[in-house]
Amino acid sequence: MIGEQQEKIEAALAPFTEETGIEVVYEGTDTFATTLPIRVDSGNPPDLAMFPQPGLMADFAREGMLVPLTEFMSLEDLQAAYDESWIQLGSVNNVPYGVWYRASVKSLVWYNPQQFTANGYEIPTTWDEMLALSDRLVSEGKTPWCIGMESGDATGWVGTDWVEEIMLRTAGPNVYDQWISHEIPFNDPAVENAVNIFGDIVRNEDYVYGGVVSALSTPFGDSIQGLFGEDPNCYLHKQGNFIEAFLPTDINLDEDVDVFPLPQINPDQGLPILVAGDVFAMFNDTPEARQLMEYLASKTPHEVAAGLGGYLSPRQGIDLALYPTDLSRKQAEILNNADVIRFDASDMMPGAVGTGTFWSGMVDYVGGADAETVLTNIENSWPE
Amino acid sequence: MMEFWTRLLNVVLAIAIGCGGVIGLFYLANLAINALPKPWNQRLLPWVYISPALLLLSAYLILPTVQTFYLSFLDGRSQNFVGLKNYIFAFTDRAMLIAFKNNLLWLVLVTGISVSLGLIIAVLVDKVRYEPIIKSLIFLPMAISFVGASVIWKFMYAYKPAGDDQIGVLNALLVNFGFEPVGWVVEQSVNNFALIAIMIWLYTGFAMVILSSAVKGIPEEVIEAARIDGANSWQIFWRITIPMIRSTILVVSTTIIILVLKVFDIVFVMTGGNYGTEVIASRMIKEMFNYRNFGRGSAIAIVLLILIIPVMISNIRRFRTQEKLR
Repeated sequence: MIGEQQEKIEAALAPFTEETGIEVVYEGTDTFATTLPIRVDSGNPPDLAMFPQPGLMADFAREGMLVPLTEFMSLEDLQAAYDESWIQLGSVNNVPYGVWYRASVKSLVWYNPQQFTANGYEIPTTWDEMLALSDRLVSEGKTPWCIGMESGDATGWVGTDWVEEIMLRTAGPNVYDQWISHEIPFNDPAVENAVNIFGDIVRNEDYVYGGVVSALSTPFGDSIQGLFGEDPNCYLHKQGNFIEAFLPTDINLDEDVDVFPLPQINPDQGLPILVAGDVFAMFNDTPEARQLMEYLASKTPHEVAAGLGGYLSPRQGIDLALYPTDLSRKQAEILNNADVIRFDASDMMPGAVGTGTFWSGMVDYVGGADAETVLTNIENSWPE
Repeated sequence: MMEFWTRLLNVVLAIAIGCGGVIGLFYLANLAINALPKPWNQRLLPWVYISPALLLLSAYLILPTVQTFYLSFLDGRSQNFVGLKNYIFAFTDRAMLIAFKNNLLWLVLVTGISVSLGLIIAVLVDKVRYEPIIKSLIFLPMAISFVGASVIWKFMYAYKPAGDDQIGVLNALLVNFGFEPVGWVVEQSVNNFALIAIMIWLYTGFAMVILSSAVKGIPEEVIEAARIDGANSWQIFWRITIPMIRSTILVVSTTIIILVLKVFDIVFVMTGGNYGTEVIASRMIKEMFNYRNFGRGSAIAIVLLILIIPVMISNIRRFRTQEKLR
């Protein structure tokens, strides 16, 4: 990461240097996924690397390039610091390699609390209530949802996020895991069901502001703006916590905007939360690197970063009072209270599918292709 | 301050030693060749002089091509030999078939329209008083990169739902005349044409400038003679102008064909290959860098190379015959 995020992580690392005198050189890049493999192949890996996707980290772990955490940290300490789901996400074959630094929560529905109070709308706690609210909005001549899927050559990830959320809520975490590891085919009925539930919202011209064409051509960062103003374009918007950076500048974060977790569908599956995040892993086994990894798993860097805003910590025991706004406090609470945490599936699948045919398939589906054809195409593209 | 001067000295020394070294090398090679017996020195001399260029060419052009060809027979991680599998993929995959179909559409429309439009403008503005102004205006887009042009056209095609303020020029016009806004880039019935229009906008000026100079090269006497024989403008255009500038038309067309085969920036910026707008080169970039499947990416690159070779050969042949005529 570069820019503002780099400044924040450098601030979070500052106490470490003060305490130990070990200088940390942080090299930011916006071409991480291409640069890191080249450096590793040429025998010049960084001591530590921060991975935005655990998939690439797992590749290096399987090749034996990474140092397992258990060589210098006790499992008990790790378990005290992180929830089991996060430890598992940073493990390969049950050996932990990753220390999670940052989390993003994807399962958030953004809304305008002033509009909700003025019109007497209630926060839905189940999927059916959410659809009932949508229908009520339609009957009042309003449009419930704003959806923006355009994201340059990454267009489609918004759609995959929706399907992943619905998969977790209908089929549950076990089937979800099988889906990621291709133990069930991509065109399994469970996936088709999830895609169709997404379609019931996104392809419903009454539900989505501007309909399908608008959903496909609106940049993902722009669509949240429809929530605001005297006569909003829409009343609900599902997006991760990072969308906060795209809010209009004249928005009062305490009054004009709020979030609730995307409701459950099947009560048996509880309330699952879809996450993404950044994880540190260690290439070179030096005493300094060990110390830094231990520091990253401690509370200090998480507390510093939490205070700087625009950040959620995956670590346990971070005082919610440290977050600078009610909004981020609420997001941290949603993350902490989750029954089940699962990582963004498309980031875990092989690139050809996860950031390839799955993305483009969702674009095709929203554009009108039927779920069966789209899913069969994706299934056929899965690398052997 | 001291550091600056030592640095400067270093740079100057590096340049002097580098350039001097190369000159010295050539000088020594020349001496050595001249020392050789008579028939050999004349035969070897040209090779000595082109050897640096040959070395560079093989390092940056020939070796990578051979490497790509080799990789195209290996799997995604370049570890195991997979035979023709990547090529079978390149000619049967659904996305690739769409890419081939779209590339054909691009070839026909971009080449056809930009060359004929360029020719028409070149003939129409010939000897018009405002000719330089009109020509510069049409040539102007040539100075913009593909990516820059795509960004400009994103604003032309921008879509907002009906009822919103339209920020896209085309949709603002449509709404003004009482029509519904169109998702130019998203709707599959129009999006390929919308992208193709960008390249036509970029390259009509190029075709026009070259064809215009060819039109001006037609001897005045020929046209006068035709007029005396009673030919009208239409007949002059078809029977004299076109035949006389035929070779220029072909050169312009082949140049544009090669450019179109390689097109990817416009597609990448405007749609990322979504909504059925994929072309061969954008698919190659995706396979290579997004999916990190080096085998498939290389196979597509080789297919592209093979498609371009005949056009290049015909271009070079025509250039040679033209040079002979001079």
